Amino acid sequence: MSSMTASLKNLREKPWIWSYLGMLVVWLATISFTGGKGGGDVITAALSFATFTVIVGIGQMFVITTGPGNVDLSIPANIALSGAVAMKVMGGENEMLLVGFAASMGCGLAVGIFNYSLIRVLRIPPIIATLSASFLILSTAIAYGRGLKIKPPLLLSDFTTLQIAGIPVLALFIIVVATVMSVVLNRTLYGRSVLAIGQNMRAAWLAGINVERIRFATYVLSALMAALCGFLLAGFSGGASLNMGEEYLLASIAVVVIGGTSVAGGKANVPGIWGAALFMFMLVTMLNTFGASAGIRLIMTGLIIVAVITIAGGDKPER
Amino acid sequence: MKRYLTNPKFLRSALPAASLLVLLAAIFYIQPRAMSQFGMNLMLQYAVPIALATIAQMFIITVNDLDLSIGPFVGLTACIGATLLNTNPLLGVLALLACIAAYAALGALIHWRNLPSIVVTLGMSFVWLGIAVLVLPTPGGTAPDWVKAIMSFKVPGIPFPLIAAAIIAVVVHFALMRTSYGAVLRGAGGNPKAIGRAGWSLLKTKMIMYAAAGFFGVLAGLSLIGLTSAADAHIADRYTLYSIAGVILGGGEFVGGRVSPTGAVLGALTLTLTGSFLIFLKISPDWQIGAQGGILILVLALRALINRREAQA
Repeated sequence: MSSMTASLKNLREKPWIWSYLGMLVVWLATISFTGGKGGGDVITAALSFATFTVIVGIGQMFVITTGPGNVDLSIPANIALSGAVAMKVMGGENEMLLVGFAASMGCGLAVGIFNYSLIRVLRIPPIIATLSASFLILSTAIAYGRGLKIKPPLLLSDFTTLQIAGIPVLALFIIVVATVMSVVLNRTLYGRSVLAIGQNMRAAWLAGINVERIRFATYVLSALMAALCGFLLAGFSGGASLNMGEEYLLASIAVVVIGGTSVAGGKANVPGIWGAALFMFMLVTMLNTFGASAGIRLIMTGLIIVAVITIAGGDKPER
Repeated sequence: MKRYLTNPKFLRSALPAASLLVLLAAIFYIQPRAMSQFGMNLMLQYAVPIALATIAQMFIITVNDLDLSIGPFVGLTACIGATLLNTNPLLGVLALLACIAAYAALGALIHWRNLPSIVVTLGMSFVWLGIAVLVLPTPGGTAPDWVKAIMSFKVPGIPFPLIAAAIIAVVVHFALMRTSYGAVLRGAGGNPKAIGRAGWSLLKTKMIMYAAAGFFGVLAGLSLIGLTSAADAHIADRYTLYSIAGVILGGGEFVGGRVSPTGAVLGALTLTLTGSFLIFLKISPDWQIGAQGGILILVLALRALINRREAQA
């Protein structure tokens, strides 16, 4: 009995396990439907597409972890803008690759600084600040990117679609990034400060943490991750499009929640984001395999998110 | 007079009306011909569904939540309105009532499990969109004649959207600001603990507010197809952003149950007019949402300025 409660407690401390279990169940259901065919292809595709969700998910996770009310709604607009800017700067030339990368990072930096200054100067909730900012960013992207049909440099599109033995190289690269971010979260002063602020902002402030500086860094980090996603996604999908960021608003929040990060703040984990992103992609693949219509796929995606948050979000104390 | 002009409370409550008047004045200055009943009707056509969606969002914001699914929800009710409600009115009405009941149930779920509303409603936005796609897979359908008749109602001398907006504002103002239970509902956002200790059911207040939001969402969907006469699952995707911006422009505070129905309606009118303003300025429609974001930031900046003044005084 006591060993069972102990293992239950152990599970509670590793909430990310559920997303991997969910992924496994969905994958088994899919390949049992196809009779074992295409099981490897599903994994390859899941790794390729989940990569982009993981990139923005990591940024969103840091933002959400700084406490209730903190969320970055400007991610889709940021992806659209930084992707478009990078494509235009590079103009399809391989030797401009680094300049293009720098340009999209510059975009992300500007968006992050803008988001934070709205929060700080106007003293408005981050949801409203990032939402208003996203209006402006999206408009800039629309005006800037109208009729933009520039192919990404060959080097970039090759790198983003390269596979070794069915494993996308970009996914390996982002696994390394996620590992680094996990260390940043758990082992650095910055990461511990983010967690402390999320647990109790006032206590963190009294403990001598420069709360505003940490929040600033967090919103900039999230914007930089979104810009990175825009850059890579434009290379992956053969050019930037204005609505390529749209699906990442829900996706970035969903993978954070499903991955076991607390929406009340102060508790985060990176591995869960990978599990959740793979789970979400495989779920859609499974529904496709079963022949579900677009409507059913949308309904199922929504219901799963609501179900996960209902199960996970119950015992949060009100602050 | 001077006392009023420096009184932060007065300034804050006058801000929504002032922004609308400034925008109107600018439009009339650039394009004097807009100052006719026809011109106003044209410019403000879509103000009615936007105002109704804004009121729906306001109910949710009153209880300290945020609804990121109101746009797809309005789209769903528009799809039901243009299909079921026309071909089988009884089934249509039942479906719309079920939508409102679903909203009340969401309120209950959010209260019961103490869930963050943005995650729940973001998930639900996919559900609404999915159902809408099932109801109406391709754009089309026809709005019932009575809905079209209401929306093309004409009063000599006054543009219809203004009358409708005034009615919406007065009715909601009376219900939420002037009745004793309205005060309880707002209190559930301002000080839930006090309301709970006074013996009111917080679960009930949350469910009522969500149901009210669902009801106004349905009205928004129906009034929208009254104008367009056909529907599409994506017809109201932008309404989520419009409704949040409308509430904020109208002086609603994000937390604490401090909202204003009149302000929300004025905010919706302001947002609707931004589009016309840009067209008259010959600015590309690319910048329309950007301009709306800009106005939002400007009004928030003015409010921050007033608040700072108040803190100093």
